[in-house]
Amino acid sequence: MLRVVGLWGEVSAEDHEDGGASHHGGGYKIVQWEWSYVQTPYIIAIWLLVASVAKILFHFSQRFTTVVPESCVLILLGLVLGAVVLIANKKQLYQLDPGLFFLFLLPTIVGDAGYFMPSRLFFDNLGAILMYAVVGTLWNAFCTGFCLYGVKLAGVIDDKVQAGLMEFLLFGALISAVDPVAVLAVFEEVHVNEMLFIIVFGESLLNDAVTVVLYKVYISFVEVGPGNVQTADYFKGVASFLVVSIGGTMVGLIFAVILAFITRFTKKVRIIEPLFIFLLVYLAYLTAELFSLSAILSMTFCGIGCNKYVEANISQKSRTTVKYTMKTLASIAETIIFIFLGISAVDKSKWAWDTGLIACTLIFIFVFRAMGVVGQTWILNKFRLVPLEKIDQVVMSYGGLRGAVAFALVVLLDGEQVKAKDYFVATTIVVVFFTVMFQGLTIKPLVKWLKVPRSTNRKPTINEEIHERAFDHILAAIEDIAGLNGYHHWRDKWEQFDKNYLSKLLLRKSVYHKSELWEAYQKINIRDAISVIDQGGNILTSARLSLPSMASRTSFPEVTNVTNYLRENGSGVCLDLQVIDTNPGAKVEEETETHHVLAGNLYKPRRRYQSHYSRHFMTVGDQERQEREVFQRNMRNRLESFKSTHYKRHKKDRSQKKARAQLHLSQLLLLLTSRVKPTNTQLRLGMTQAELVLKREGCSEENKGERSEPDKDEDVGITFVARKGSETPKERPKSVPAALEVCQSPSVAPPSPTCGEKNLPWKGGIGTLPPCVSVEATKIIPIDLQQAWNQSISSLESLASPPVPQEPQHPRVSFQFPGGKEEEEESALSQQQQEMQPLMPSLRPPPPPPSGWCVGKLKLCSLMGL
Amino acid sequence: MGSTSSTLAKIPNAEDLMQETGFTPAHLVRLYDRFKVLDKDKKGFLTPQDFVAIKELAMNPICDRIIGAFFTSGGETLDFPSFVRILAHFRPIDKNRPKEPTSPDPINSRSNKLKFAFQLYDQDKDGKISRHELLQVLRAMLEKQVTEEQLESIADRTIQEADLDRDDAISFEEFRKSLEKVNIDHKMSIRFLR
Repeated sequence: MLRVVGLWGEVSAEDHEDGGASHHGGGYKIVQWEWSYVQTPYIIAIWLLVASVAKILFHFSQRFTTVVPESCVLILLGLVLGAVVLIANKKQLYQLDPGLFFLFLLPTIVGDAGYFMPSRLFFDNLGAILMYAVVGTLWNAFCTGFCLYGVKLAGVIDDKVQAGLMEFLLFGALISAVDPVAVLAVFEEVHVNEMLFIIVFGESLLNDAVTVVLYKVYISFVEVGPGNVQTADYFKGVASFLVVSIGGTMVGLIFAVILAFITRFTKKVRIIEPLFIFLLVYLAYLTAELFSLSAILSMTFCGIGCNKYVEANISQKSRTTVKYTMKTLASIAETIIFIFLGISAVDKSKWAWDTGLIACTLIFIFVFRAMGVVGQTWILNKFRLVPLEKIDQVVMSYGGLRGAVAFALVVLLDGEQVKAKDYFVATTIVVVFFTVMFQGLTIKPLVKWLKVPRSTNRKPTINEEIHERAFDHILAAIEDIAGLNGYHHWRDKWEQFDKNYLSKLLLRKSVYHKSELWEAYQKINIRDAISVIDQGGNILTSARLSLPSMASRTSFPEVTNVTNYLRENGSGVCLDLQVIDTNPGAKVEEETETHHVLAGNLYKPRRRYQSHYSRHFMTVGDQERQEREVFQRNMRNRLESFKSTHYKRHKKDRSQKKARAQLHLSQLLLLLTSRVKPTNTQLRLGMTQAELVLKREGCSEENKGERSEPDKDEDVGITFVARKGSETPKERPKSVPAALEVCQSPSVAPPSPTCGEKNLPWKGGIGTLPPCVSVEATKIIPIDLQQAWNQSISSLESLASPPVPQEPQHPRVSFQFPGGKEEEEESALSQQQQEMQPLMPSLRPPPPPPSGWCVGKLKLCSLMGL
Repeated sequence: MGSTSSTLAKIPNAEDLMQETGFTPAHLVRLYDRFKVLDKDKKGFLTPQDFVAIKELAMNPICDRIIGAFFTSGGETLDFPSFVRILAHFRPIDKNRPKEPTSPDPINSRSNKLKFAFQLYDQDKDGKISRHELLQVLRAMLEKQVTEEQLESIADRTIQEADLDRDDAISFEEFRKSLEKVNIDHKMSIRFLR
């Protein structure tokens, strides 16, 4: 860790020396000019880089991360960086600039939080959230402010702190609000149950209105002087609160409607869908800020409001983009905030220490938070269906973290007006550090010790989905029957309204008609897809047919892409499978086994070499390579399967084995050669066809292996190359008979000549063949089999009318192959037909060509790396 | 409504009902008022028509099922005690109530809540949700927004997932198992006003 910090220290030190040089104006003009040109973006980029690298390094140590929350480490890192900067520069260059914080850093976090807010959970607990956010924050603010003033009067706080009642109330207001950034950072790692999390987090978001209003009201009071405050001003304060909170919410909702409405029409311009979302959500924030309304409220409600419609309207890819971009931005903003908090602390010029003030503040905010929570919960529990337990209250009190919002607000104070600003800054920093570091560090053990119910990261099964929906209807009906206009009654009303008007307005027509349970239904689809895959795999071992949603599986893979792929290439079975969540214990052994199967059988992922030219189609260039790989693999597989089956079956019968293997191999060659047509182009087509055929077989074999373990690779396209579109995975009989059908079917489209030429392995040049292949292959195939192989080749060669003199490695060997001979050979082989089922149909090709057979047999051998 | 407010004394067998359902006197009085409002003709009992007349209920996609659930015991009438007993299913489970091992499951127990939901699906009362029965409920809940084909695939999927003994139907035991991880107390309770 130390080494790491040192490294960054150097980076940032250099950074600042450069910056310093530009300020002092040395003689090196060109450099100077260039620096000032790139300065701002450069510094920003460097900071982002430092923050990102910090995250990476921090997550290197698993054990460390489970104990220490990230925010703590980031603050510490910030402290160290700040110290380095201070030593290098004698002056602190960087601090958390309130403008930067409120205009850029905070919105990214709030936007992410709002957009991905679990809205059902949020509204289920809205009463509690509002209570804590409004009443709780007011209570904290007033109590802290008054008590600090009292303590000041009592003489505990030093006289140097020049502050009256108004100043302390102002300070109380800014220090009392629970901070969304800190709460999110700490609670994300604690994994308390959703209800607890949403209450604390929701409170931290919604208390913004209270904080903003109190802050502004007190600042104006401080400006005019406490003596000049009139009674009307207090009422103005209350009115201002209503305007700020309701106005902020309205602005957010209006933008949500606009955004949802816009995404209705983006079908042709999918590429900018995510941009609209970012822009409008951000505009909601800025607009609220413009009218000095509560920006956080605005953004939160914009996110919550638009989410349902936007998600339904935009494409799956946009959804993924929005998700990742938002998470990336939020994560980096959070990192920067904490680092800068640390750096800002190392600035002697800014702050003044007063032990009395700091100690009192710490005690007061903690005590009043606890008192507030207990008191409010007592009231709330009279009305709540699910009462908040004592443990919940402890966690809620303890989770009242203060953070960067308080810091930014205190830095924003006018030093002229508020004489004690420096003391307040120092106190705020200490409070923030204490809550984030000490409470953040201890909350995890506390939660563990109290046995607070943790969140379960489990997606609902379809049964739960359906039945819970039914429960909602039942409850609404029961409330109607019992004559209670309760929560369910209103929710039902809202859903009716939403369905009849809002959705009609905001959802695409195509989406609207399916919209009622569209989300659920989509999930169902995904699960169906998985289950198909799963079943397919498990029919082999049909004793334990398991569905993904059954209890035996702890979780679902994140499979958004599956549907996407299934939808987009309905015919081809092309799956991009993402990680399954860590599934500890139990199936490890089975997994490693399947892993080996997969590693042995999967093709290399398709690469998109020219992806920057077009995102929409795949280039043909690498097709060739892939097909070759497919071909090689199949041949190798075949050999291996011969090896294994015959080893197993005829272990005692070793003498026979050799002969048989020999026969099989020659038969195999026959299969290939028989497909080959006389003329030159046709030869090529035939070759490609043969490859295709084999590829098909490979496909079905691969499917077998694949289905049993569908979700190992993240972001690696596992490509099932299937050419014919008619089959669906369900219909296709697993295993080789599928290939049998395919072989017979004439509809295996031969590629057009040019394409075929391109696809020809030997045209592509053997040089591209990875040299490792041959080595690998020889390793796999036992020596005696290799001998058998070679023998079979030579026997075939001897049959060919003009014996080919070239050495076996040469790729372009071709030789004549009289048709009659072939038939002879076939009859000789007929004994083996039972075992060779899959290959048989190919042995009876359409009318045996009379003569002039050109066979790239040796080419095949070399392809197979033999 | 408010003017005709009744007292506990007017309700027959109030004590027993309270004992049985766990409602407080205030609850009971309130429900009795509601009962009388629903009972427009002052028959002293409710008929399915009285339920159908509830305006809000008409919007509910599975309202006929729910109304049906009130009239399970056969017959077209529902007296006040039965009315209260059915509503009592939806009381939140009270944790503080001392558990007497001898007493039977309270009406609002987890399994009774589930049973209520189960019988909404199980129309022919054979103790199993067949594919057909599931389809009917699904069709009602999804309305016309999905095709029949999709509905069927959902139904198939649902049964497949819950069906442990492979009889292509969901028994109550399987129903309960499939909802094992759901907090039924939270999801099947409403707060009765005093």
